[in-house]
Amino acid sequence: MSWARRRTDEPEKANAVAELNDPPENLAVEEALKNFRMSVHAWSDAAYTRPRTQMQVVRHRSWRLATGWALAAVLAVGGVSGGMLEHEQKLERARMVAAARLAEQQKAIRDQQAKEEEDLMAKVDSDVSRQVPSAMEPLAQLMDDASK
Amino acid sequence: MATAAEIAAEEFTCVVERHRPQIFRFLLASTRDMDLAETLTQECFLKAHRNWGSFRGESSAMTWLMRIAINLQKDHWRNRRMQFWRQTQNNAVDLDEASEWLSSGEASAEKQLLAQEQVRQVWTSVKGLSERQRTVFLLRYVEEQELSEIALATGLSEGTVKAHLSRALGRVRAELGGKR
Repeated sequence: MSWARRRTDEPEKANAVAELNDPPENLAVEEALKNFRMSVHAWSDAAYTRPRTQMQVVRHRSWRLATGWALAAVLAVGGVSGGMLEHEQKLERARMVAAARLAEQQKAIRDQQAKEEEDLMAKVDSDVSRQVPSAMEPLAQLMDDASK
Repeated sequence: MATAAEIAAEEFTCVVERHRPQIFRFLLASTRDMDLAETLTQECFLKAHRNWGSFRGESSAMTWLMRIAINLQKDHWRNRRMQFWRQTQNNAVDLDEASEWLSSGEASAEKQLLAQEQVRQVWTSVKGLSERQRTVFLLRYVEEQELSEIALATGLSEGTVKAHLSRALGRVRAELGGKR
């Protein structure tokens, strides 16, 4: 919106011109305006040449950024190492459990084999004790007759 | 041998070095906010750089730049998207702080106090002016521009500029007269 389009101040022009044609009759006004101008110039010069804080802000930001990254890296490394450690421990536990099961199974197999062998030996002993070898047959008959 | 683009860039650099302090001063006086004045000054020269090729020298570079600065300032306050910045108007220094700046150390303490009081009263008047009146007043009494230059920079007729100046001056007179 251009200011030129709005003409609401037109009727006052004549009055304004008349007022401006009179130089600031009041010396105080003239002096005040001069002081005002000098004050604004002094302020502006000081503000224009002031050390900019932008670099400092950037540095702060970069420090914050670096700290943030470092923390994130530490957390990530910690998380990964923790995870890996836990994984290793789980594997170790699984290995131990598997070894224990294998040992139990082997023991059970060995017990079974031992029992089977024992049974077999007992059966053999029993069979052997009932049968008389053929070479001993005459003696056995003799003993039977004598007892009669 | 320098190309046309290089010459234009060199010219623009000269323009920036020459006029930047004045544009900053006008924006600082308009907003009383150093950070905002710096931001708008940067925007002003960024815009000027983009449009440097279309500058035909119909007015002085200073007038052209001032026109850009005035429009940026207007857009800044009126743009709804910049609502946040409107609220940060509180960043503007108060009138007492703005009045503390005095250029001369030669005057006596009493004169300095008197000058400070006068400056504060003018600031009070400026604060009460409309946006247009304030712009015209600052261009005339701080930047010491001619009425024709002010008219070109603001896009107003010289008569309207005079009317605004008259009103502004009337307020200053009333403020200075009323307090004495």
